[in-house]
Amino acid sequence: MSKGSPISPSLMANKAPAQADAAKNKDVAASVSSIVDAVSPVQGPNNIVPSTEMTGSQAVVRSLEELGVEDVFGLPGGAILPTYDPLMDSTRINHVLVRHEQGAGHAAQGYAMVTGKAGVCIATSGPGATNLVTAIADAHMDSVPMVAITGQVSSAVIGSDAFQEADIVGITMPITKHSYLVTKAADIPRVLAEAFHIATTGRPGPVLVDITKDAQQSMMSFSWPPRIDIPGYRTVVRGHSKQVREAAKLIASAERPVFYVGGGVVKAHAAAELLELAELVGAPVTTTLMARGVFPDSHAQHVGMPGMHGSVSAVTALQQADLLITLGARFDDRVTGVLSSFAPGAKVIHADIDPAEISKNRAADVPIVGSVKEIIPELIQACRERFAESGAPDLSEWWSQLNRLKETYPLGFTEPEDGLMAPQQVIQRIGELTGPEGVYVAGVGQHQMWSAQFIKYERPQAWLNSGGLGTMGYSVPAAMGAKVGNPERVVWSIDGDGCFQMTNQELATCALNNIPIKVAVINNSSLGMVRQWQTLFYDGRYSNTDLHTGHETVRIPDFVKLADAYGCVGLRCERPEDIDATIKQALEINDRPVIIDFVVSPNAMVWPMVPAGVSNDLIQIARNMTPEWEEED
Amino acid sequence: MARHTLSVLVEDVPGVLTRVASLFARRAFNIHSLAVGPTEVDGFSRITVVVEAEGDLLEQVTKQLNKLINVIKIVELVPESSVQRDHILVKVRADAATRLQVTQAADLFRASVVDVSTDSLVIEATGTAEKLTALLSVLEPFGVREIVQSGTLAIGRGSRSMSDRALRSA
Repeated sequence: MSKGSPISPSLMANKAPAQADAAKNKDVAASVSSIVDAVSPVQGPNNIVPSTEMTGSQAVVRSLEELGVEDVFGLPGGAILPTYDPLMDSTRINHVLVRHEQGAGHAAQGYAMVTGKAGVCIATSGPGATNLVTAIADAHMDSVPMVAITGQVSSAVIGSDAFQEADIVGITMPITKHSYLVTKAADIPRVLAEAFHIATTGRPGPVLVDITKDAQQSMMSFSWPPRIDIPGYRTVVRGHSKQVREAAKLIASAERPVFYVGGGVVKAHAAAELLELAELVGAPVTTTLMARGVFPDSHAQHVGMPGMHGSVSAVTALQQADLLITLGARFDDRVTGVLSSFAPGAKVIHADIDPAEISKNRAADVPIVGSVKEIIPELIQACRERFAESGAPDLSEWWSQLNRLKETYPLGFTEPEDGLMAPQQVIQRIGELTGPEGVYVAGVGQHQMWSAQFIKYERPQAWLNSGGLGTMGYSVPAAMGAKVGNPERVVWSIDGDGCFQMTNQELATCALNNIPIKVAVINNSSLGMVRQWQTLFYDGRYSNTDLHTGHETVRIPDFVKLADAYGCVGLRCERPEDIDATIKQALEINDRPVIIDFVVSPNAMVWPMVPAGVSNDLIQIARNMTPEWEEED
Repeated sequence: MARHTLSVLVEDVPGVLTRVASLFARRAFNIHSLAVGPTEVDGFSRITVVVEAEGDLLEQVTKQLNKLINVIKIVELVPESSVQRDHILVKVRADAATRLQVTQAADLFRASVVDVSTDSLVIEATGTAEKLTALLSVLEPFGVREIVQSGTLAIGRGSRSMSDRALRSA
């Protein structure tokens, strides 16, 4: 078994320790007076700012500066106007003016995903705030640290149906980790410090801070750092040592163990720890849609992505396992299929920072609450001790079975019969020509699945997508945010023609702010995934899935002209022999965004597939074709 | 499904009841009754909620509640080691002919008459849900015109205080 070697600094241990430290010392909060401990829960450099008179809006900007925020995404309007005035003078904060608030939200998500810091988006009251809702819900489902700041009408008129009034705290209650309505200027520094603390620690998530116009306009006395007071917020970081030893015991005695690795390992920056544990145990590793790249695809122990469109080897490994070593994953229905038939013979070790995820869908035999960043090293230690006593498990039989599957059923695709390009080939070549140091941001649908399948990920934070909520339109603005967070990296938005039409207005933002992302529109002229289901389950009745953007259509809109209109470079590629040259051309353009219209076949489908509502054992490698299973099991 | 009484200590901030109630709605947990009010500690309220859930679902309810930032602590109060009381006001038909019978019935349940008019009485009673159900069935034949009830209130037996311990450890 070959050892995967870290190829990126982000794989190194101890990346972004600031968050872990803040979480570890959560007890400090209660005892802090005005003096700051070295380990304050207030993020940022913790400069001491003596009491200074200023307006609430100046306090918003100053608090963000003191919290170490460098980039924010937003769009002004009436109720947030007071804050935009001092923002203009800030030399420490780069504000990116978006064209739609949803774009600001997804940009903040993309920024957070590549930097590990909280993404920040700003909008006005009413429609500005409601336009953030989709992005907030998306961040909530995918545990993305994000702080959304919205203006609110003056406290005197709240509840009177004032112009541009919306109860955004009420609206977002079920889709935020926490939210604040600030009506007093004096509360602004504390609330923002708490918001960043809550958003980035524990299981990360979006926090909304809604600030009334009068709170922004009133005078207050600003001092830093503020005293954080969140008595009801406690995060367990260290795993229970008895449970860790129990887990090691199960691992040592397992015959068919599998690592089921989720996005939590990415969020915890625990890729290096995972690699060490995986190589120590020698078990196969599956990485979910949210975890692609956290374990190198090139590593011999990687058996693929599990789930509805997972590889046969990954899906089967989980189904036939006798032990699931679950790290930062949540037994989502797209992974498990019909829950009662998922991994029927497996015991479950479940490590997660959110206690509510443990035994929510699948009962855990060994639950471990804590950060995988802390738990994995402890588990490594416990396994070493176990293996020294009783020997490491012999997994050779398990591996010969899995290797057979890997060889027999590799991911692949067939050339479309209509003579058009295979979308899978386009995506695969983008990955191969750009390499593992690039960042790939997908929308939602077929192109998302192909991007998860056919690009080889070797490092965490290289793959961004909307996994939980499945938000079409995520890609372009999230790629924009990712490029702002990682300006030195090549950032690809791999989008569908449907998704692209939902949020492409941010191309203007990219073009004007020198954010040269590359957009590959995988143009199959339809809402491809819906069309695939119509092909498979609705007798090919294509109800409202034709978008008329592709081959031999009216091409409304024409993506090349659209790119041109937005001041971007527009390219079109229609023949397989042009794919490489077009991608290379795009890779050479770095002064402007590039949009490539890849005109592909609408008939290509995502395989393998587990049809909805059935067991993962019924995975199909192509239409009505199931793998030939071994007699055993 | 079995009923369980949860005592939820929360920060007394705007919207906290909405957060708790909407969490129940969103996750499709059934609330049987709910009562909320201030505690002996300034800035903290206590919500007593009776949920219809058991086993894994009850565990999910408490775990999800615990994730709310404004929730300080949750304890399940089991009948054996807690006092649980409901409060009820009942308006009953009672004229000169039946008034005495109605007041006697109220006396038997240690309920009190808090309002009298020529053709009705308002009876106030406190007790377990079972006792109040029994009272109502006795009053029913006279003609019950109106009922208003509180949610269940519950407190653990013994000297220990939920908020005391929770706030010291916070």
